[in-house]
Amino acid sequence: MSAALAETAHSFLARYEGLREHLPGDGAARQAAAAAFAAIGLPGPRDEAWKYTSLRPLAEIAFHAPLAALADPHAPSALMPALDMPRLVLVDGRMQPDLSVLPDGVRVSGFAAAPEFGALPGAGRDAMAALNTMLAEDGARIEIPEGVDAGVLAVISLASEAAHHPVDFHPRHAIRLGAGARLTLLELARGHGVYLHNPLTELHVGAGATLVAVRLLEESHRSFHLSGTYAEIADGGSYELFLLHLGAGLARSEIDVTLAGRGARFDLRAAQAIGEARHGDITTVVRHAAPHCASRQSVRTVLDGRARGVFQGRIEVARGAQKTDGYQMSQALLLSPDAEMDTKPQLEIYADDVKCSHGATIGELDADQLFYLQSRGVPQAQARGMLVHAFLAETVAALPHAGARELAEAAIEAWLGARSA
Amino acid sequence: MQAAADTADPVQALTQSGYKWGFATEIETELAPKGLNTDIIRLISARKSEPAWLLEWRLKAYAAWLTMAEPHWAMLAYPPIDYQDLHYYAAPKRKPGPQSLDEVDPELLRTYDKLGIPLRERAILAGVTPEEGTRQVAVDAVFDSVSVATTFRETLAKAGVIFCPISEAVREHPELVQRYLGSVVPTGDNYFAALNSAVFTDGSFVFVPKGVRCPMELSTYFRINARNTGQFERTLIIAEDGAQVSYLEGCTAPQRDENQLHAAVVELVALNDAQIKYSTVQNWYPGDAEGRGGIYNFVTKRGACRGARSRISWTQVETGSAITWKYPSCILQGEDSVGEFYSVALTNHRQQADTGTKMIHIGPRTRSTIVSKGISAGQSNNTYRGLVRIQPKASGARSHTQCDSLLIGDACGAHTVPYIESRNASAKVEHEATTSKIDEDQLFYCRQRGLSQEDAVGLIVNGFCKDVLKELPMEFAVEAQKLLAVSLEGSVG
Repeated sequence: MSAALAETAHSFLARYEGLREHLPGDGAARQAAAAAFAAIGLPGPRDEAWKYTSLRPLAEIAFHAPLAALADPHAPSALMPALDMPRLVLVDGRMQPDLSVLPDGVRVSGFAAAPEFGALPGAGRDAMAALNTMLAEDGARIEIPEGVDAGVLAVISLASEAAHHPVDFHPRHAIRLGAGARLTLLELARGHGVYLHNPLTELHVGAGATLVAVRLLEESHRSFHLSGTYAEIADGGSYELFLLHLGAGLARSEIDVTLAGRGARFDLRAAQAIGEARHGDITTVVRHAAPHCASRQSVRTVLDGRARGVFQGRIEVARGAQKTDGYQMSQALLLSPDAEMDTKPQLEIYADDVKCSHGATIGELDADQLFYLQSRGVPQAQARGMLVHAFLAETVAALPHAGARELAEAAIEAWLGARSA
Repeated sequence: MQAAADTADPVQALTQSGYKWGFATEIETELAPKGLNTDIIRLISARKSEPAWLLEWRLKAYAAWLTMAEPHWAMLAYPPIDYQDLHYYAAPKRKPGPQSLDEVDPELLRTYDKLGIPLRERAILAGVTPEEGTRQVAVDAVFDSVSVATTFRETLAKAGVIFCPISEAVREHPELVQRYLGSVVPTGDNYFAALNSAVFTDGSFVFVPKGVRCPMELSTYFRINARNTGQFERTLIIAEDGAQVSYLEGCTAPQRDENQLHAAVVELVALNDAQIKYSTVQNWYPGDAEGRGGIYNFVTKRGACRGARSRISWTQVETGSAITWKYPSCILQGEDSVGEFYSVALTNHRQQADTGTKMIHIGPRTRSTIVSKGISAGQSNNTYRGLVRIQPKASGARSHTQCDSLLIGDACGAHTVPYIESRNASAKVEHEATTSKIDEDQLFYCRQRGLSQEDAVGLIVNGFCKDVLKELPMEFAVEAQKLLAVSLEGSVG
C-alpha cells in the first residue's frame, strides 16, 4: 500500500476510534471489521481484485464525517427525481423520514434503529466491506413477508454537499424477501460535490421469490462510488439486476451473488457510459453452489475521452453444482483514442456436467454500420450517436417496469446529450 | 453404466502398466554438491570453460534471484521447494568430445532408442541423398545437462544455419550469444528465469542468417535422468531478416519418486520478415495416481517479433509434469508482426497445470491468435491464464482468443483466467471461452458404431483438439494424438 493510501486508511481508523462508543449495533462485529481493515488497508494495484482500479485519487482528498443533521432537510429535493411511487430517501447516508413515502405490506426500518450485521459469504474479505462495517451509521432495511407482492419501491440516495467539504458515508442496507415474495426495487444514487459513497447491501431472496432491481448511478462527476452487493438466492429464487453506471469520477460496483438453492437464478444486464478522465469498474462474482442454477451476465461499456472501463467477472461452480448454466458477455466500445478498457472474465469450475461460457470484445464503432447510416443521409455525428444509443439502450429495453425504463432511458439520453454538447 | 463395465478391465490393465517411459539409465554421472551459492555457479561456469562476461551475467542473475520471492499467484498447490536440496550440475562422464555416434556411450543410445529418437537411423542414412521433398529432422539430444550428439550439423552449416549446444555457441559464436542472450527474457525477469540464468547448464542455440530458410526441422529431446537434479535448459533461437525455422522440442523423463525441478528459459528473436515456429510435446513424468513424484515444470518462454512482418508461432501439447507453470509469449513489436499460440493441456490424476500465453501488441497492425484446449480428468486442475495487451501505438491491431475446456469426471477442475487490456480504439480484441463435458450424444453415437468407450473418448478428445494438433509438424502430430489417448487412460467410465 502506498504511503498516501495508508494515511487515508489511518484517518478512517482514527475516525472509528473516536466514534466507536456512539455507533449503533454489535460492537464486536465492528471491532473485528476494524481489525481486518487495519490489516488489509485500502487496496492497491498489487491486490489482484483491484489490479485495474486505483484508489490513489481517493487518497488525495481529506474526507470528513457528514453533518449529523441537515439545516434544511428539503434542500436536496432539487436532486429528487419525479417519481410517483413509494420511496425511501437517504441524504448523506442517513434515512430521511420527512422525504420518504412508505409503502404498504412492507416492513421498513433504518439500520440505525435496528442495527444488525448479516453474515453473508464474501462480505468479510473485502477492504471496502470492512470499512463499511466499521463506520456504518444508517441504511435501509426492507423486509417483504412470505408470499407478498410488494410492487415497486424506490431507494434514493442523495449527497447534499451541505457540509461544504468532502464527506464520506457508508450506508448499510439489508433487503430480505420471504418465500414467494416479489419486489421491484429502483435504486437511485445522485449527488453534488466531492464525496465517497460506500454502500453495502445484503440481499436475501427466499425460495421462489423474485427481486427485480434497477440501479441507476448518476453520482457527481467528482465523487467516488464504491459499492458492495452481497446476495444469496434460495431454491428457485431469482435476482434480476439492471445496473447503469453513468456518473461518479470513480465508480466501482462489486456484485457478489451466491446461488445457494437448487434452481436459483441471477441475471445481470449492466451498462457503463464513461467520459472525460473518469473511471468505471463492474466486478462480479457468481457462485453456483447448488445444482440446476443459471446465471446470465451481459455488461456493455462505452468509453470516451480518457476514460477507463473495467469489467471483472468470475463464475465459480462448486463441486456437485451439476447442470449449471453460466453465461457471461462483456462488450466494450472505445470512442476515443485515449480510452482504455480492461477485462478479466474468469471461470472456476469444479463440476463436470456444466455449460459455462464467456465472451469479451473490445473495439470501436462498426465501420459498416456507420457507412450504412451515412449512405442513407444521416450525418456522421448523428449516426455515431444512434449507434452508441442502440448499444446502451439494449441493456434497459428488457426492463419490466415502465417507469424505471423511462428513467433509465432518460439517463442514457442525458449522458449522450452531455457528450455531444 | 454398461459402457463402464465393458471397459473396466482393459482400462485397468493399461493404467497399471504405468508410465511407459519410466526407466532410469545406469551410467556414471558427475554431480556437483547439493545446494546453490556463488561457488556452485563458478563451478558450472568453469566446467563449461565460459568467458568472464558470462560468469558475471550468471552472478548478476543470482544476486537478483536472492532478492526475489517465488511467485504463488498461479492456481497451483505444492509443498515448498528446497532450492538448497538440489544438484545444480550433473554431467554424464565421458571421453572428451565424441566425434561420432560410435563414440557415444551405448547405454545412452539405448535410452534414446526406447524413446524412439531416430538418431541411429539418421546416422545410417548419412551419405544417402534424401529423395526430393522428404523431410529430414536434425536432433540435438540433451541428456541431463549436456548435449551428447548433434546430427546433421554439416548439412545445416552448408546452409549457414548454426545449430549447436548453447555452451558450444558461447565458445564459437560469443558475439551472437552476448548480443541476444537475455535480450528477450532478462536475468531478473521472474524468479524462475533468474534461477535459470544463474545456473543453466545447457540447451540449444539456433541462428538462421538473413534470407535462409532452414533446410530441415530442428528438434531437441530433453530428458531428466539423474536423481535430484534440477534441469535448467537455456534455448536461444535467432532468425535474421527473411529467415525461417521450425523447431521441435519433445520431452519424456524416467519415473522417479522425488519431485524434480525444471526451470527452462526459451528466447526467440525474429527480425524483419522472419518466421519461427516452436513446437513442444511435453510428456514428463506426471507423478502416480496418488500424486506422488512427478516433474515440477516452471518455464519461461518468450518470443520477440522485433522486425516488421515477423511471425512467431508457439504450439504445445502438454500432457506430462505434476506441476506446469508455463506461458509462452509474444512481444509484437515490429509492425504487422504476428503472434500465435496453439495449446493442448491435458491433466489427469492429481496433475496441476497453469498455462497460457501473453500477447503484447506494441506495433501497428500486429495480430495475434490464441487457441487453447484444456482437458481435465481425474482429480486434476487445469487453468488457462492469458494476457492480451494492446498498447496505445498498436493501431489496427487484431487479437482473437478461443479457449475451451473439457471436463472428464466430477472430481477435477477447469479454470479460465484471461486478462484483456486495450488502450487503442482502432484495435479489435475478441475472446471466447467455453467449458463443457464430453457430449453424451457423441459418445453414444461412437459406441453405437462399435467403438469401445476408451476409443470413443480418444476420438472425441482428438476432435476437440484438432485446431491445435493440425498446427504441429507431421513428426509430432501422430505422437501427440497417441499421447493424449495414453494420458487419458483410466479416466473414463
